[in-house]
Amino acid sequence: MANSLFEEKLSSNEFLVTTEIGPPKGADVSEMIHHIDLLKDKVDAINVTDHQSSVMRFPSLGGCLLVKECGGEPILQVTCRDRNRLAIQADLLLAYSRGIRNVLCLTGDSIDVGDHKEAKPVFDLDSVQLLKMVRQMESGKDMGGNELKGAPHFCLGSSVHPEADFIEPQLIKFEKKVAAGAQFFQTQGIFDLASLRRFMQYASQFPVKILAGIIVLASARMARYMNDSVPGIIVTQAIIDELANVEKGKGLQKGIEIAARLIKTIREENLCHGVHIMAVGNEKIVPDILEAAQLVSVHQ
Amino acid sequence: MIVAEQKPVEEIRQVIAPYERVLLLGCGTCVTVCGAGGEHEVSFLHSALQVAQARSGDGIHSFLEYTVKRQCDFEFLDLLTDKVKEVDAILSLGCGIGVQVVAERFSDIPVLPGVNTSFMGMAKEWGVWDERCAACGDCRLADTAGICPITRCTKGILNGPCAGTKNGKCEANKDMDCAWILIYKRLERLQQLEKMRRYYPPRNFRVIPRPRRIVKKADVKVGKDNG
Ligand code: SF4
Ligand code: SF4
Repeated sequence: MANSLFEEKLSSNEFLVTTEIGPPKGADVSEMIHHIDLLKDKVDAINVTDHQSSVMRFPSLGGCLLVKECGGEPILQVTCRDRNRLAIQADLLLAYSRGIRNVLCLTGDSIDVGDHKEAKPVFDLDSVQLLKMVRQMESGKDMGGNELKGAPHFCLGSSVHPEADFIEPQLIKFEKKVAAGAQFFQTQGIFDLASLRRFMQYASQFPVKILAGIIVLASARMARYMNDSVPGIIVTQAIIDELANVEKGKGLQKGIEIAARLIKTIREENLCHGVHIMAVGNEKIVPDILEAAQLVSVHQ
Repeated sequence: MIVAEQKPVEEIRQVIAPYERVLLLGCGTCVTVCGAGGEHEVSFLHSALQVAQARSGDGIHSFLEYTVKRQCDFEFLDLLTDKVKEVDAILSLGCGIGVQVVAERFSDIPVLPGVNTSFMGMAKEWGVWDERCAACGDCRLADTAGICPITRCTKGILNGPCAGTKNGKCEANKDMDCAWILIYKRLERLQQLEKMRRYYPPRNFRVIPRPRRIVKKADVKVGKDNG
């Protein structure tokens, strides 16, 4: 039996759509709840980010509980940056006991890119070790080798970077993640479909589902900033030019159009198994993207 | 070698403020090489403190200068015995180990640090020092083509690069090479990429229970050769 609704869909041939919500910086969750309500029936699952870009926020686990309470399907993002193996295992037990069944295992961004640069980076584990650890917990033993009273079970995913400028070591890592138990991958932002095509030629030999990461850009400035300051992101010059050539105030509209175009092509050409839409702080526009990509009917 | 940086003169002035006569104590080994606390730096600091004192008009200090061959060994400290009697405090420009050995040897006098001990590393080029080892207690250089992932990767991860690497540089610092790209390239050159494909389990932090101690009396020669 599948662990979750999302896992069930992973084993179907459906074109999958996930998106993500960045929790608020603060205790006021009203806007996040609004976004969850807006998105929960339009996508297959909602990721909640874990102090994305090392910026301190309301926790991923708390956000996933809210998704659950609102009737959505959450994907818990877990990074190794802030918690050691004890804390992560404990969080996973709590998550499982409260019905959270999908986990995205990540190493986490460096502390230096965030807003608490003086904090102690933990990195007791890396993403591959984290995946292995969860699989071990599922076998009924914690990482210390001790018996668990009640083992959790999860549908596990991770990330991969098909557009990395030096791809070979990333592929080695990808294979290690597959071997460690990852069932699905949400890629880093894709801007150049040629690299996705190349990657899928290689990745399709593995029994995992690949969801292409789609980042919605609101302006050429944002694109340049991401190239400069966001770990791993490489926006193509063609897309930057496209964004730079629109009238003032129409940037986001263009960004939605670009995202929708990428999604449509990926789906029509069957490039991979789905998409993961990252609207970075602009969650409310995700329905517009789905509509522009003609994906709404699929998911209602 | 151990790499350190001298503390700002203002900070040094604050820590020595209560003491009239201060011994500025250099160390002739690592901190001499990295220009943080050798004989030269001691005399330079001496002048800087005198200038600062004269300018502010609030200093009462008199200084003594001395540099031993090595602060981290009791046997090199014996010749300080007389000098220590003439001062109220010692400002050590040795690394953190030096400061502590001096303090352990001279229990009746405050010993203050004059440098920030930074890391274990090497001179990459003239005037540039890079960290190379964190004494993790479980050296894995055999698997990583002689490149340390603990110190040279900002996350110290063991199973390959994170997704943040760009242009061969680290996501945390665009001036620093991504350790895992270096490891990949060197393993490829050595035709040992299988070492990167292997899974490495989480680090065993138990190999560094603090405080750490190694006892190996049987293997260590007693006597002169050992200095
Ligand atoms: S792996 Fe790195 S930190 Fe550990 S002992 Fe070797 S060089 Fe030092
Ligand atoms: S970019 Fe390279 S060195 Fe920097 S954290 Fe990632 S893997 Fe480590």
